[in-house]
Amino acid sequence: MATLPPSSSAYAPNARGYYGEFGGAFIPEMLYPNVEELRQNYLTILADPDFQREYQLLLRDYVGRPTPLFEARRLSQKYNTRIFLKREDLCHTGAHKVNNTVGQILLAQRLGKTRIIAETGAGQHGVATATVCALMGLECIVYMGSVDMERQRPNVERMRLLGAEVRPATSGSQTLKDATNEAIRDWISNPVDTHYIIGSVVGPHPYPDLVARLQSVISEEMRKQLLEKTGSELPDYVVACVGGGSNAAGAFYHFLDEPAVQLVAVEAAGHGIHSGHSAATSVLGKPGIIHGSRTLLMQDEDGQITEPYSLSAGLDYPGIGPLHAFLGASGRARFISIEDEKALAAVAECSRLEGIIPALETAHALAALSQLGAGPDEVVVINLSGRGDKDLETYLKYADQLRQY
Amino acid sequence: MTNRIHQAFQQPGKKLLNVYFTAGYPTLDSTVPVLQALTAAGADLIEIGMPFSDPLADGPVIQQSSTVALQNGMNLRVLFAQLRDIRQSVPKTPILLMGYLNPVMQFGVENFCREAAAVGVDGVILPDLPLDDYVAEYQEIFRRHNLRPVFLITPQTAPERIRRIDELTDSFLYLVSGPGTTGGANTQAAGVQEAYFRRIEAMNLRNPRLIGFGIGDQASFRHACQYAEGAIIGSALIRALDGAADAPAAAAHFVRSVLA
Repeated sequence: MATLPPSSSAYAPNARGYYGEFGGAFIPEMLYPNVEELRQNYLTILADPDFQREYQLLLRDYVGRPTPLFEARRLSQKYNTRIFLKREDLCHTGAHKVNNTVGQILLAQRLGKTRIIAETGAGQHGVATATVCALMGLECIVYMGSVDMERQRPNVERMRLLGAEVRPATSGSQTLKDATNEAIRDWISNPVDTHYIIGSVVGPHPYPDLVARLQSVISEEMRKQLLEKTGSELPDYVVACVGGGSNAAGAFYHFLDEPAVQLVAVEAAGHGIHSGHSAATSVLGKPGIIHGSRTLLMQDEDGQITEPYSLSAGLDYPGIGPLHAFLGASGRARFISIEDEKALAAVAECSRLEGIIPALETAHALAALSQLGAGPDEVVVINLSGRGDKDLETYLKYADQLRQY
Repeated sequence: MTNRIHQAFQQPGKKLLNVYFTAGYPTLDSTVPVLQALTAAGADLIEIGMPFSDPLADGPVIQQSSTVALQNGMNLRVLFAQLRDIRQSVPKTPILLMGYLNPVMQFGVENFCREAAAVGVDGVILPDLPLDDYVAEYQEIFRRHNLRPVFLITPQTAPERIRRIDELTDSFLYLVSGPGTTGGANTQAAGVQEAYFRRIEAMNLRNPRLIGFGIGDQASFRHACQYAEGAIIGSALIRALDGAADAPAAAAHFVRSVLA
């Protein structure tokens, strides 16, 4: 079943939610009953045939799954390898985020919750949450940093149109990290009727595992589609961008225990890894605790969390999901960092060569193609996590630059 | 091994006022003068907040004070240096450090406990430290340095978990008054909070109880004291310090207004 992993996987969390030394649930007592309720119930609910029926039906008829696996011939020609794009950008709402929110809203209903909260950075997860809340007729409150509300105006209006209330997070740096803090505080204040739909494979156990399972449909489909198109379920490379890491977790999931498949996680280097304006957590982070999870974290020497930078609002998270921290530490995944400029170049390249305008986050994964070292007989799958419409304002700002590529 | 927390609770019938303030707030060097003023004015226990960039369990007032304290340059090294001689001027009042796990982890738990014990700290409150992790990795270090952990209990905490928490410490239990972060108003229906306090009281736990969150003045302090050995005030004190020309005087005035 899609959301059930191989229990033998070396990459499944242990009973306390640890992937190696990363993970766990570092939460104040006020959150314990909520998180514990979720921990005790999520596996049972995900395995329930009634849940699966409803989830699969919605993935098909509402989200539009399976998403195509498209062989990108002109990109392949350019990089002299065989490149496939997993078209998560064709999901309803324009990104993979909805795979998770559809699953979590069904989970919330089964837990008897009537009020939904979420955090959002660029607004994609907020839109995906507002969408399923509208579908199910549930109250929806989305926390968004007030700086991000300015930067991502159209997504704010989208959420409002869908009936959600968007509450500005005015504390700290007023971006994703602070929106997440505010959502957690809301949950502390509303411990009985509220479910918190986290948008990435971050947060206290069981969230990283829950979100990874709900996103694992991506790699489940990839295997079937690859078999059909290449004669083998296994590619040589799977490439995905990582902010918190939900699309990468979904794209890697069913390949974790296949050592022949190289997993490549692409982070945002911003202005450059050592420029002081970067979001390359795997390089710049040290083990620490953020939002209830022990993981790699960008912080100063006193353990204060520092603000990452990326031109893309979906990748500027100071942490990284604990699964990814473990994949990096164990050597299972290779991490590559891509600067803003190279991501913009990849936007232009994918648009011109394939007629697909990718999201700025996704463009980081595409930009990694030049560093992969894939051979002509090898198969590369890039998870095309989202479409670029939401980034049009940024693309307009850099229009001259984009035209030069 | 006894410590100052036990002695504070050895006063039959006395209701204890525990006050929280953020280290390095309102100014970097105000930590010690504010602490001295609070004890001189009659506070029975002191919690010193170790500022953190992302204080999940705190409301806007304490969060803002943490931001200011960090901008002022507060960190654990500075705090321990400030507290080096504190037991000369404040010999008896229990002092607890409250904060979040990450700065403590980066400082090193063993280092942290050694430094805390050396300056005369009696207890530590780390709301995001899970019980299992405390038992597995911290308990032995805390014991070695004669530091008491304090754990939080909320209206949703299950009875068996309360019993476990009660077993894991010998200091006091921090009863969170209702759903919400620090400094929020009590929005529960009449009687709900009281029923919760009575339910905990009826469990006959071995540790005394202090009630915190949403206590901010004499009336709410006295009300909470009907159901516990005392109460904890944080955000209201921080508000009183905000913009005060003379922070120690404002701190003392605040404590006296609660105890008058």
